[in-house]
Amino acid sequence: MAPVTLKKLVKRYGNVAVVHGIDLEVKDREFIALVGPSGCGKSTTLRMIAGLEDISDGVIEIGGKPVNDLPPRARNISMVFQSYALYPHMTVRENMGFSLKIGKVQQSEIDQRVNEAAAILDLEKYMDRRPSQLSGGQRQRVAMGRAIVRKPEVFLFDEPLSNLDAKLRTQVRTEIKRLHAKVQATMIYVTHDQVEAMTLSDRIVIMRDGHIEQVGTPEEVFKRPATRFVAGFIGSPPMNLNEATVDGGRLVLKGGQSLPLPIEFRNKVVAGEKVIFGLRPDDIYPTGHGLSSGEATDVHELSLPVSITEPLGNETLVFITLGEKEWVSRMLNPRPLAAGETIKLSFDLSQAHLFSAETGKTLRS
Amino acid sequence: MDNNAHRLKRRGLKALHLVGLFLAMLVICLPGLWIVLNSLRPTVEIMAKPPVWIPQDISLDAYRNMFGGAGQGGIPVWEYFRNSLIISVTSTIIALIIGMAGGYAFARYKFKGKSAIFLGFMLTRAVPGIALSLPLFMIFARLNIIDTHFSMILIYVALNVPFTIWLIDGFFRQVPKDLAEAAQIDGCTRWQAFWQVEFPLAGPGIASAGIFAFLTSWNEYALAAQITRSVNSKTLPVGLLDYTSEFTIDWRGMCALAVVMIVPALTLTFIIQKHLVSGLTFGAVKG
Ligand SMILES: Nc1ncnc2c1ncn2[C@@H]1O[C@H](COP(=O)(O)OP(=O)(O)OP(=O)(O)O)[C@@H](O)[C@H]1O
Ligand SMILES: [Mg+2]
Repeated sequence: MAPVTLKKLVKRYGNVAVVHGIDLEVKDREFIALVGPSGCGKSTTLRMIAGLEDISDGVIEIGGKPVNDLPPRARNISMVFQSYALYPHMTVRENMGFSLKIGKVQQSEIDQRVNEAAAILDLEKYMDRRPSQLSGGQRQRVAMGRAIVRKPEVFLFDEPLSNLDAKLRTQVRTEIKRLHAKVQATMIYVTHDQVEAMTLSDRIVIMRDGHIEQVGTPEEVFKRPATRFVAGFIGSPPMNLNEATVDGGRLVLKGGQSLPLPIEFRNKVVAGEKVIFGLRPDDIYPTGHGLSSGEATDVHELSLPVSITEPLGNETLVFITLGEKEWVSRMLNPRPLAAGETIKLSFDLSQAHLFSAETGKTLRS
Repeated sequence: MDNNAHRLKRRGLKALHLVGLFLAMLVICLPGLWIVLNSLRPTVEIMAKPPVWIPQDISLDAYRNMFGGAGQGGIPVWEYFRNSLIISVTSTIIALIIGMAGGYAFARYKFKGKSAIFLGFMLTRAVPGIALSLPLFMIFARLNIIDTHFSMILIYVALNVPFTIWLIDGFFRQVPKDLAEAAQIDGCTRWQAFWQVEFPLAGPGIASAGIFAFLTSWNEYALAAQITRSVNSKTLPVGLLDYTSEFTIDWRGMCALAVVMIVPALTLTFIIQKHLVSGLTFGAVKG
């Protein structure tokens, strides 16, 4: 049983705080992803959990016990580094068995556990090679193998896939997911790739500038982003976000064009309030080419000229201009469109998001 | 046709290359060979004018006399050798230990005045050893440690430490920090992580620092000539001077002793050089 709890966790370098008192509860056997832009403090947080970085303030508990003063080796964790950090002077077998050797486990058991891990990761052919004789993907697997062999209660990953090419990344991603199902341990996974976070995790923690913006399941952070930042960060292509002013029952965009105020938000805003209006590309579609969700209760239609298109085969991204900004719309079952052609677009306002322009927080309660 | 010309040209270049290398090696090795040669022939032949290039009268007499012990004009080579060995080995080991601790600290930790201290170390190397010999002699005389192993070891440690720190620092820098961290997560203490991971990876660097320190102490003359007086502590380079007397210089004996000095140094370098496999850290991180 190893839930991980962060209480008011702070990290300062000198006088500069880079993690500003974050609170987080990771449940036992949960897969949680920390995402956020570069420099937001993901690695620092993870390294504090690992014990590689001093904690400036606050408490970290693993399995219900504070670990602030425990060295990494006493925390029952494994970590996969972005650089893999394989020991270059040891073979794959020695790399994987190193922690057990240090722990004075009997050689027969070391062999057994290393072979077990090698079988899971399909590394049997490479056991006697040095890390320098492996490809990037193989090194990545050895790094995972080294983590598995310890049978820790908590796995920590710091961008383990960022050095792999796109195809291999998808493959290893699936492998990590399978691994989680198999080893039944708590996993904390740092990435700046929101797709990785969405596909792998039970819950996602979105961080910005040393603060947590939102914690939620992939569906929650996608469907109900708590802040404008989360809305823009999760989803690809990103959500269309535009400034607007509330005017009676309408949202007036820059340049005077306007959209009806989504029904959901009718009594949550006041006239004259400045807001950020957000709508995902999936919820703006050339009429007849959208998702048939069946819950389209608040659809508004506009005729607009197409500026450019990006065909992706099964769908086409259609770019249009509205309120002096470019909007992306996703067209399913695409038909060819010419630039400049005026088409009818459906805006599914039941899926719209409104954020306060001032605080960036959602106006949905 | 074209191909043939090409091949010829390449062969020509290769031959030129070899000839060039041969000439360079000749220049470098000739003095060494000359010493070996001269240790085997009588002074008359060494001093002959015009020089005798092809040795006529080869004998191992010089070596026989040398190891024959003091007494018949022999020189206490064994004692000198022992002194040299004790002083060089001990000072090298101490310099390496300090160098490792210091180099590691410089490579891994931040502390106040780091660059100033580092610069200070380098500056100590700017002072010529000979300039130090008189003050050192006076201090050591007061302390009554003239002509002891201890004094020579002290000098050589001081001489070598800045250099070993500098060299070893560079090698520890090349070992990624992640590795020691990974080792700590794998169950090592900080101390174990050092010995299990960082030390083996910086090993070649530490070994080369060791060679440098050893050779410096082994060959050093200027300071040793001042501080050592007798068979208690005289080292081989100082011992060479024993072959000069008021009217004659025993060139043959001197050369023989020089050979005796060179052989262990060369042997050591060869042995350790094999372990200086560079690029050992390759493959630790993404390549
Ligand atoms: N040793 C240090 N001294 C001072 N500031 C540091 C130090 N290490 C990290 N920082 C700062 O802490 C902040 C958080 O760094 P961190 O490595 O946690 O970012 P990250 O979220 O992992 O980013 P990335 O996605 O680029 O890896 C950064 O702004 C960085 O500049
Ligand atoms: Mg990072």
